[in-house]
Amino acid sequence: MIDRAGEKIESIVPHEGPGVRINARPADGFLPDEPRGILQCENVDVYYGSFRAVTGVDLKFGLHEITALIGPSGCGKSTLLRSLNRMNDLVDGARVEGRVLFDGEDIYGSKVDAIEVRRRIGMVFQKPNPFPKSIYDNIAYGPRVTGMRVDSMDDLVEEALTKAALWGEVKDKLKQSAYSLSGGQQQRLCIARTIAVKPDVILMDEPCSALDPIATVRIEDLMHELRREYTIVIVTHNMQQAARVADRTAFFTAFADEGTGDRTGVLVEFGKTTQIFEHPTDQRTEDYISGRFG
Amino acid sequence: MRTLGGTIDGAIRPERPLASGTNGERRPAPLTFLVLLWLSLVVAFGVLVTLIVTIIIDGQGQFTGRLLSEYPASSPDRAGARPAILGSAWVIATTAIMTIPLGIAAAVHLEEFADKRNWFNRMIELNVQNLAAVPSIVYGLLALAFLSLLGVRDKNIVIGGALALSLLILPVIIIATREALRAVPTEIREGSLALGATQWQTTWRQTLPSAVPGIATGSILALSRALGEAAPLLVLGALVFVSFDPSGILSGYTTLPIQIFNWTGRPQEGFHQLAAATSVLLLGVLVLMNGLAIYIRNRFQKRW
Ligand SMILES: Nc1ncnc2c1ncn2[C@@H]1O[C@H](COP(=O)(O)OP(=O)(O)OP(=O)(O)O)[C@@H](O)[C@H]1O
Ligand SMILES: [Mg+2]
Repeated sequence: MIDRAGEKIESIVPHEGPGVRINARPADGFLPDEPRGILQCENVDVYYGSFRAVTGVDLKFGLHEITALIGPSGCGKSTLLRSLNRMNDLVDGARVEGRVLFDGEDIYGSKVDAIEVRRRIGMVFQKPNPFPKSIYDNIAYGPRVTGMRVDSMDDLVEEALTKAALWGEVKDKLKQSAYSLSGGQQQRLCIARTIAVKPDVILMDEPCSALDPIATVRIEDLMHELRREYTIVIVTHNMQQAARVADRTAFFTAFADEGTGDRTGVLVEFGKTTQIFEHPTDQRTEDYISGRFG
Repeated sequence: MRTLGGTIDGAIRPERPLASGTNGERRPAPLTFLVLLWLSLVVAFGVLVTLIVTIIIDGQGQFTGRLLSEYPASSPDRAGARPAILGSAWVIATTAIMTIPLGIAAAVHLEEFADKRNWFNRMIELNVQNLAAVPSIVYGLLALAFLSLLGVRDKNIVIGGALALSLLILPVIIIATREALRAVPTEIREGSLALGATQWQTTWRQTLPSAVPGIATGSILALSRALGEAAPLLVLGALVFVSFDPSGILSGYTTLPIQIFNWTGRPQEGFHQLAAATSVLLLGVLVLMNGLAIYIRNRFQKRW
């Protein structure tokens, strides 16, 4: 696995030419030009109080695809991601304008239950955040609180851990505290926990930034596995990572908005990862991925 | 010798050798400061030890089983603090039952549910902080006014005293609970909510359980403060001479601090010794309670 990662990393040569060259991934040939959007942003603005953090985002996240959001720090990637499953509702004063459509339905619609939105659109955070409970209870928590009907919780726990490639490592210590796991294992536990409630979409905010390279590779492999069943959106600072895992990539940047006086994030360019990294159409994208700014 | 050390805007700092044979912490200024810190500690600790030793010496003659089992009497040789001990237990238990759930609920609302940018919530928050600093006698007066309003004639009852003490420690419990809740990382809440749990489930199953040690510690410390209070109870007309066991929340009562207050005011030397012995008893209980609080904190507090 490490070898494979090594090979992947080698094939991406940063600071060479306009873009970062990557190997065409096998899926690319089958990737439709337009994503079949399961989740879609229509002219989305996100505000914190009167501060406009992100503006005018139009994006489609394709079904069973991995979409990466990249861009310099502070351009609003996390903000946009958190508005995709209404996590930003929890921030006092945060508000979304425009529409976020999930399966054609606006998740900010007046009749929509934010709890159900978060159940269907799960989230994995930057820092592994297992609950202070046993490994087993970490997985079982979601199904329990959402009132999922399960025939056998044991089976569900095994299934989730297996899908998250963690079962082999923890099957003999399910009753132990989740805190006894390593950082990488904790992060896979958090992914397993998310899978256990059977969401349609998984949002990941820099899921590997607290992990070492080996754990990172494991999570990336896992994402490739998960893509068969789930739609994944990942924020990453690591362009090689975006190049390795994402089918499509969206590049954001922040500009000084003269109207509001804020530094506001905008979507610069969105396309297939190969296109974004090899033939960016926007100068800012090209500068960013070739390491000239950001 | 080579001079290390970088330059900032052309400024050059002469480097001292590492092995200069001196200790930077032992130069006059830091040394003076250290000595002052030590002195304050010695003074504070000295006063405390003197006080405790004095009352132990004063009270040693009266520290017998009689203190626990007998009722007050006109002769110090026959008197005990039994009603005061039971009275304190009744009042503190009632206070705990009244205050702890209320304090936790208020703190949970303020910390987990209230919009912190709302001016009204901010005002409440500020005032809770202020209330914790109000002198205890004021709460006695407040309870007195409240009971009068309700038309309670005999205000010297367990529930009356508990009301005054509850008002006194409610802000303390609210603050302690909020601290404990705040110590639970946001990531835990977010992790729970991101799975489709409600705010309520998140609070009930994740945040509160993690905060229990902190809440318990804070509550015990608050109750130990209430246990030592006499002023608000005296305002309510607490009896100073009780020769019966309190039998319920509507029963008359006296408490340890009031019993001490009473005996100290008597002319006979024997009563002063009784007061000292009772003080030692009260101190012992307080030390035990604080010890328990510290134990809970160290044993169960989560390190995130
Ligand atoms: N809770 C908040 N309240 C107010 N402003 C916020 C909040 N969270 C983020 N912001 C602001 O929104 C802007 C975008 O932040 P965001 O965290 O989305 O950036 P990011 O692209 O994820 O950056 P990074 O790559 O460093 O994680 C920043 O200017 C930030 O200061
Ligand atoms: Mg971020």
